[in-house]
Order: sequence, then C-alpha cells, then structure tokens
Amino acid sequence: MSVSPEKFGDVSRRTLLRRAAAAGLLAVPAAGLLSACAGSEPSKSDGGGAAKSKDNPFGVKDGSAVKVVVFNGGLGDQWAKEDKVIFNAKHANVTVNMSSTQKIKTEEQPKMATQPSDLVMNSGADMMDRSTLINEGAIEPLDDLLTAPAWDSEGTVADSLLPGTVADGTQNGKFYVVNVAYTVWGNWYNAALFKKEGWTAPTTWDEFFALAPKIKAKGMAPYVHDAVHGYYPRWALFASIWKAVGKQAVVDIDNLKDGAWKADGIVAALEPWEKLVKDKLLLPGKLDHTQSQQAFLDGKAAFIQVGTWLKNEMAATIPPGFEMTISDYWSKSGDKAAKDVFASSGEGFVVPSKAPNKEAAKEFLRAILSKAGSAKFAELTKSLASTKGSGDNVQDTALASANSLMKSGSSDLISVKFPDFYADLDKESQNLSEELMAGRLTAQQFVDKMQAAADKVAKDSSIKKQTRTA
Amino acid sequence: MRHGVARFVTGFLALPVALYLFYVVWPFAQAAGYSLTDWGGYSDSQRFVGLDNYVRLFSDELIRKAFWHNVFFLVTVPLFTIALALFLAFLLNVGGREDRAGIRGVFGSAIYKVIFFFPQVLSLVVIAVMWQQIYRTDGQGLINGLLIKIGLVDADNPIAFTADPEPFLGVPAVLWWLLFIAVWSGAGFYMVLFSAAMQSIPKDIYEAAILDGAGRFHTFFKVTLPLLRDSISVAWVYLGFIALDMYALVFVMTPSQGGPNHASEIFASVIQFNAFQKGQFGYACAIAVALAIFTILLAALQLRITRRERIEF
Repeated sequence: MSVSPEKFGDVSRRTLLRRAAAAGLLAVPAAGLLSACAGSEPSKSDGGGAAKSKDNPFGVKDGSAVKVVVFNGGLGDQWAKEDKVIFNAKHANVTVNMSSTQKIKTEEQPKMATQPSDLVMNSGADMMDRSTLINEGAIEPLDDLLTAPAWDSEGTVADSLLPGTVADGTQNGKFYVVNVAYTVWGNWYNAALFKKEGWTAPTTWDEFFALAPKIKAKGMAPYVHDAVHGYYPRWALFASIWKAVGKQAVVDIDNLKDGAWKADGIVAALEPWEKLVKDKLLLPGKLDHTQSQQAFLDGKAAFIQVGTWLKNEMAATIPPGFEMTISDYWSKSGDKAAKDVFASSGEGFVVPSKAPNKEAAKEFLRAILSKAGSAKFAELTKSLASTKGSGDNVQDTALASANSLMKSGSSDLISVKFPDFYADLDKESQNLSEELMAGRLTAQQFVDKMQAAADKVAKDSSIKKQTRTA
Repeated sequence: MRHGVARFVTGFLALPVALYLFYVVWPFAQAAGYSLTDWGGYSDSQRFVGLDNYVRLFSDELIRKAFWHNVFFLVTVPLFTIALALFLAFLLNVGGREDRAGIRGVFGSAIYKVIFFFPQVLSLVVIAVMWQQIYRTDGQGLINGLLIKIGLVDADNPIAFTADPEPFLGVPAVLWWLLFIAVWSGAGFYMVLFSAAMQSIPKDIYEAAILDGAGRFHTFFKVTLPLLRDSISVAWVYLGFIALDMYALVFVMTPSQGGPNHASEIFASVIQFNAFQKGQFGYACAIAVALAIFTILLAALQLRITRRERIEF
C-alpha cells in the first residue's frame, strides 16, 4: 500500500506528456516507449562474485557500482543519503549512485525489461503495480536477505524487523518487497487544543458523537478527510470493519470468498461513518490530502484520519504550540477486535530481476535496515522505521503518541491486501469509499456494490488470483 | 537535368523519411502488434491472443462509459469553442461601428485580441493547476470564495466542481466544468484563426451588403459564415482530436483520475488504468488502436461532409 502520495500540483508538463504518450495518446513517443520494452537480452550480474563473509554475506565486489532510486515523497530523501554513508563505511570501494524522484513508475517501468536500476523504492502514487511485477518475474525474491546476519545487531535481518514487515513483503510464499518504514494510522487531534477546551479524546464512536456538538459549538468541524484520493477514507473504513468483525472476515474479503462482504456486522461497522456524513460533521468542501491536512492544522476541523507521515509532510506549516497526537480509530461496543491497531510496514524497496548488481542492492538494504540507519530514519522523518527500536531516542509528540498507540494495541495488526492484489478492486473500493463519504451511498449500498465488484473480479479469467494466508 | 533533381530531392528526403518510418510508423505498427497479445508491460514475454482484446473491448462497461463521455466532448467542445471564437472574431473584426472609414472591430479590439489569445500560450497543465485553485471546493477557492461572500452559495454546501458527479442535462456535472475550461483555453486560438480568415474577405462585399441594408446579424450569417466555411471545417476536425483526448484535464483535475466514481472516465483514462495500474498493456494497446481507428474515420467523415466548391476572391 502506498503511504505517501505525491503532490498532484507538482506534475510537470514533461512528465505528463510522457505519461500521455505512454498511454498511447501522443502515439509517436508512445510506441517508441513501448518498443523500448521488448526484445531485450537479460543482463549478466557484474557486481557479485567476491568472497562471502559475515560482513559481506552476498559477496559484493569491490569497485562495482550500485544504482539506487529513492522515492522523494512525504518522507523526503535525506535519510537515504545517511544510509549511503553507513553503507560506504563498510564498503568504501563500492560506488553508490543515488537518485530520488516522485515518478517511480514513469521513470523506472520502461527500464524494467532492459537495464533497470539495482534497487528501486517503489512507492507513492506513481508506483509500479506490485502483483504485476511479481507475476511477470520482473523483481527478485529476497529470502536470502532475511536469513543474512543483521548489519549491526545480533541475529538475522528477519529478527531485527517489527512484526508484519516480512508478511507485508511476501507474496506467493516468497519475500519480494523490503518495507523500510513503519506506519501507524489513526485519528489525529491537537492535544493542546483539547487540553484548553477540557475535551477528552474519544476512543469509541459513542464518545465521539457525544463530543461532536461541543466541537461544532466552537465553530469547528468535528472531522475532515481527503475527498480526492479514495484510499485515504478506505483506511478508516477498513479499520472499522476489522475492529467490528475481526481478522477472518477481512481475510475472506481479500480472498474473494463468496459473499465475504455480506458477513454479519460489516454493514453495522460502516454505519457510524454513514451517520458522521448524514449529521454534517464533516468539514464542507471536497479537499485533497494536503488541503484537508492544512484545514486540520488551521483549526477548522478537530480530527483528521491519516498515517504517521503527516508530521513530516506538513512540517513547514505546523503552527507553534500545535501538539499533533495520534489516537486509535474509534471502536463501538461489541467489536470483536477493538484493540487491533492499523499499522504496517510500507515504502517498499524492490530489486529488479535484471539489475546488474543485485548483490550490492541487497547489501544496501542490509544497511538501510541497520540499527544506525533506522535510527537516522526515525530522527529525520519523524516516522518509525520497520526495524525494531528505531524511535527509542526521538523526542516528538507525534512519534511518542504513535509509539504508545503501538504499545497499547494488541499484537494483531489491521491490514488489507486486496488493493495490492487486484487493481480493479483497488479502484472500485477507492471510488465507493469516496461515494460513502460524500453521502451518495449508504453503508448497505457500499457493501452491496463492493460484493458485486469482488464477484466480477472473481469471475474474470484474465486476472490472476492471489491468496492471503496470514 | 531531371536526373540530378531527383537525386537532389531524394538526398534531402531520405533521412527525414527514414526517421519518420522508424520513430512514427514502426511504433504504430508495434502498438497494433501488442494489441494482439496479453503483454503485461513489465517483461519481454507475451502470448498471442488474436482478436480477444478487441472482443473484450465491446463488453467492457467502463469503455462504454468512456465512449459516451468522449462523444459528449466531441459534440460540445467544437460546438462551443467555434461558436465563441466566431462571435469574438466577428466583434473584433467587423462588429464595430460602421462609418466613413469602413468596416472595423469594436473599440479596443487590439487589446482584446491579446487577452483572448493568452490561454493559448499557457501549457495545459499550467491551466489545469490554475483552474484547480479557481475551482477549489471550499471558501478558499476563487469562485466559491466570491459566491460565499456575496451570499449566493451556502458556506456549508459549496460548489463541488470536478468532484460533482450529479447529472446536469443528463451529463455528470464534472464534465461540464471540464468543458468550460477546454472552451476557455481553446477559443483564443480559433478566434485568431477566424480573424485571419475574416480579414481576407474583401471589404467591398461587406460594404455592398451594408448598402443593401443588411445589419450585423445578416452580414454575419449571410456573408461571413459562408465565406469561413473552410476554416471552420478545419477547426472542427482539430477540436475533434482535442475532444477525444482531454487527458491532461481529467488526469490533473478529477478525483482518482476519471472520478468521482467513473463520472469523468474517458478513453485515455481507461487506457492509462489498464496499462499502468492493471498491467494489461496488450488490452490497453487494443483500446488505443480502436481509438485511433475511430479518430481517423471521424476526421475522414468530417472532411467529406464539409467538402464543397471553394469560392475564390
């Protein structure tokens, strides 16, 4: 799941034209781009072959070069430059060519079949479809990275990762995607304001609906959401579904099980959202992610639901004295898994199968996942890394509240897989989530339409099916 | 010597033609080739599936939706753009006072010309980003802000613009808002085109018409319009191409690139989704080829219908 959307205002004409071209509109460069993809010879690895050791488990050759592409979105790219320093401390004679971009797919996809970069951070709104990459054999399984010794701590790399990280990167039984960030989702509020007004942050829907009139009386909207990118409200809707009916129901949904959406309690789980819209508790206007986040910072709305990258993304415009605090998604009485937290590893790196220096790419990943690297990551991005203990020494209300949320939650993490599995369902669920939040669908209609969309994908033989086990 | 001329011409043409064949014709052929495969776009393996992609195209609900949205633009973009451009060109060239100096445009027409042409010098993406601010859906938007201040729009219920799928005259509101931008940004160029054409119409025809007692209405419909037939016909074909595209505006301005909930889906956005999100390049190529055939047929038909004897002056 992508967690750091690009800013759409930044789309340059050049990139846009290239995309338009790629879509077959300006057919001239389009076909040129297409022709670049076919008929290539697989390239031989020229980076490996050196002696393997504990400090060099993949046998990276001195004097080789590794090309690393970093997604420069909400988390910035400074942390990756720190990883380069850490990497070069152990491998002084390996050249790291690092570049950063917001246009991962636009720039990397055309190269995948011929001469790809060695290590690509596949993230953001313009990311390459993960299932397609795996089904087409375009990226390398990285199971040997998990069993390699950790860079600067005891045990293996797998031992050093937070729960969920390995599962998140695994598909069809193999580990493909190395997620370096750890994101917690929830409802954000300004603790300073709540203290001043004497409000208590709600933990249940009932408490929220009781508090809402008081917030409205202050001239604030109780809630604001991103009304442009459907995957924002989708996080919240799925947190509610999971908390209400538990993990198995969501696993059934991911596996396109017959009638999975009709399971008892799913409609009821979404009804508070329907009520929230019907009671006019949303800030008027169809704002996008940064506009809605700014409205939250400006005190126009009391709550916003988004992930922990919020602080870093909005760093430039946070007013002084604003105590950005995350709390768990609200539950309701009778919920089966009220304590499960919506958290996951994200910001995934992949190693293309045709990368010339896969050994160094894997070695670089080991450096990113090191204690030193992950501590720098947390310090610079105000976001947790997927390596354990990355946030131990960071002083920050946003990160501290995320830490305590993780500690108070149960060990099961809320996660949804079908958007990664099926592009059609991804799009449909985004659209329908926004329709629900716009008040054009009831909870019941949302569920009916999702079931219909899932049935359609289940029947479509041109779509390769995936299975979620954990 | 004729032989020398042929060699001279060939020498000049060989390189451009080779480049054209390699970079234009060959890729076209390749795209058509991919449309017969199930290529996913990320590997160099593909399976030949014959016309399966084309058969599938006809039962694809999303394509049917996109088709009708493109047809909407196909009708409205040329119609409104040409009507507006003609109206402006007429006012700027022959719509002013008639006096001893003869026919002229309205007062200050030189300045208006620059103003109307201005959107043409901006890139479409700049226009889209600018209109995002104008169309912003809360009190900070230019239009909403103004209308809320003067009390025409309720602050709790601002205009949703491109996030509004509710039908207006049977067509989702978002398409009308996009149409408005397309016409605004296109009218200036065609105004200049029509202005040039109007200036080549001899003044004495107008003077004769005026002597016969024709007013502005009659001079426009009986003299100007018939003599501009060629220019309008060409404009119609160009605008038809633009109407079948509309990608930049949809991509930058609508929620989930074709939303809300598929309300602004067009051919281009469906191609983009299938190729780059769903990883079905073969199918996307089939849609693109179908769109290309459709466009060519339409242009041929258009030029055929409007072909007529030319009037020389």
